[in-house]
Amino acid sequence: MKLIMCAGPPTSGKTTVLRQVIRRLLKKGRRLAYLKVDVQYADEDELIRNEFGIPAKKIYSGELCPDHASVLVLGDAVKWAEKEGADLFVETAGLCLRCAPYIQGSLGFVVLEATSGMNLPRKIGAMLSLADIAVVTKIDLVSQAEREVFRANIMDAAPLDVVEVDALRGIGIDRLVRKIEQAQDIERPLMLKGSPPVATCTICAGKKDIGWEHHFGVLRTLDTDLFYRGE
Amino acid sequence: MEVDIKKITILGGYGRNGTKEQVDQVELRMGDLLSIVGPTGSGKTALINDIGLFANEDTPSRRRILINSAAPSEDFLDDPSKNPIALITQHTGFLSDMKVANFLDIHAKVRKNTNPDSVVADVLDFANQLTGEPIITESAMTELSGGQSRALLIADAVIIGNSPIILLDEIENAGINLTRALELLRKYEKIFIFVTHDPRITLSSDYRIVMKGGAMQDSITTSAEEKRIGDLVTHMDKIIVGLRDQIRSGERPVEKEFQAVMELVWLT
Repeated sequence: MKLIMCAGPPTSGKTTVLRQVIRRLLKKGRRLAYLKVDVQYADEDELIRNEFGIPAKKIYSGELCPDHASVLVLGDAVKWAEKEGADLFVETAGLCLRCAPYIQGSLGFVVLEATSGMNLPRKIGAMLSLADIAVVTKIDLVSQAEREVFRANIMDAAPLDVVEVDALRGIGIDRLVRKIEQAQDIERPLMLKGSPPVATCTICAGKKDIGWEHHFGVLRTLDTDLFYRGE
Repeated sequence: MEVDIKKITILGGYGRNGTKEQVDQVELRMGDLLSIVGPTGSGKTALINDIGLFANEDTPSRRRILINSAAPSEDFLDDPSKNPIALITQHTGFLSDMKVANFLDIHAKVRKNTNPDSVVADVLDFANQLTGEPIITESAMTELSGGQSRALLIADAVIIGNSPIILLDEIENAGINLTRALELLRKYEKIFIFVTHDPRITLSSDYRIVMKGGAMQDSITTSAEEKRIGDLVTHMDKIIVGLRDQIRSGERPVEKEFQAVMELVWLT
């Protein structure tokens, strides 16, 4: 199975991009599942389930950092998607721009708005630099000259594939779909690509293993509330 | 430019109601000037966006764009320095809070211009011939007026982009000197595609595509008679531009003088 991580700031167009991608992949006969990670509110899971009829879940991280929550539940979520015989799309909360929930050997893309300011690529660090693809949305709202300079600033911050899209109209999405189709299947053990920035728990401290079983402190599973494990 | 562009081909797709376009193929050769006309909402902007994005049955119109009779390479989209098309959209504002000189310098480097300094000077010279107030290089892009922004984008596309194919969306609304813009643009051997409501632009084009309901309805070659009408309209425009400049600079027009100007222009 493939695991596709989609990160990016709020309102950058993650869900719109994913809907376009999911529509095209389903047409090609792929089976898909969807997980949304957010802090306190999300309705994207219902939206995706209603629109496409695919298995979709959400988790609220509450007091936990949403990227930490994603590390804890992702092991379970991968098993769930495997049981469904589906590739898994994970859409992150995208609140903290320093964290980057990308997994080794899985495809990760960051969604950035063309309208978000020329210096954004330099500001967001690992969310961009550890991604495989930067998807630039809302290209219909800026001039071509600005698009080209924005792209240059992304490539300057991190040498990745850049795909420019107008996700509302589905323009440019086919190129992203081709890259997703070429992504490799996951390999265990699942490990984070980079360490989150502040070290206050086993994940922060750089333990990259995916799945709550590998961690101590305040934890949760895909289906339970927070609990404590440790001395 | 590494790719030697000889022609581009637009292969027709489908209109908004799903019926096949009347015009199923349009070919443009280097040096051609094409206008796209039609009422608002008829799909003009969508057509140039299709061209700008090298549509390959992957936009709502399902059109295809060919370069030299073949599907364009993905390089064009992956590497802006290889993109043969510059699209001047209707945006009359910039979002980047950068100085004009800084922005142009970065863009010149992205487009792999060998001498960014002189290129930036050329862009400003070109742009300032189209604007009322000159653009100051130290001002932020966001401080430019609508007309200054459009003028800068046109100059940027022609000189920094050095693109063989230039798409311009309603430049008559830009608040720039259109007659001067057309004169300057004609000095460059390129394919120009104008989305326009302006008879000066349309009648000085080699041909025009008429849009309706999201589809290419007709393709019309401009006749010699139409070109003569176009020349007359350009004269009319000179009268109006003269009057506009007079009013803009705080002067008061005098009826007798204005009538004299009109007669003079009609005679020439």
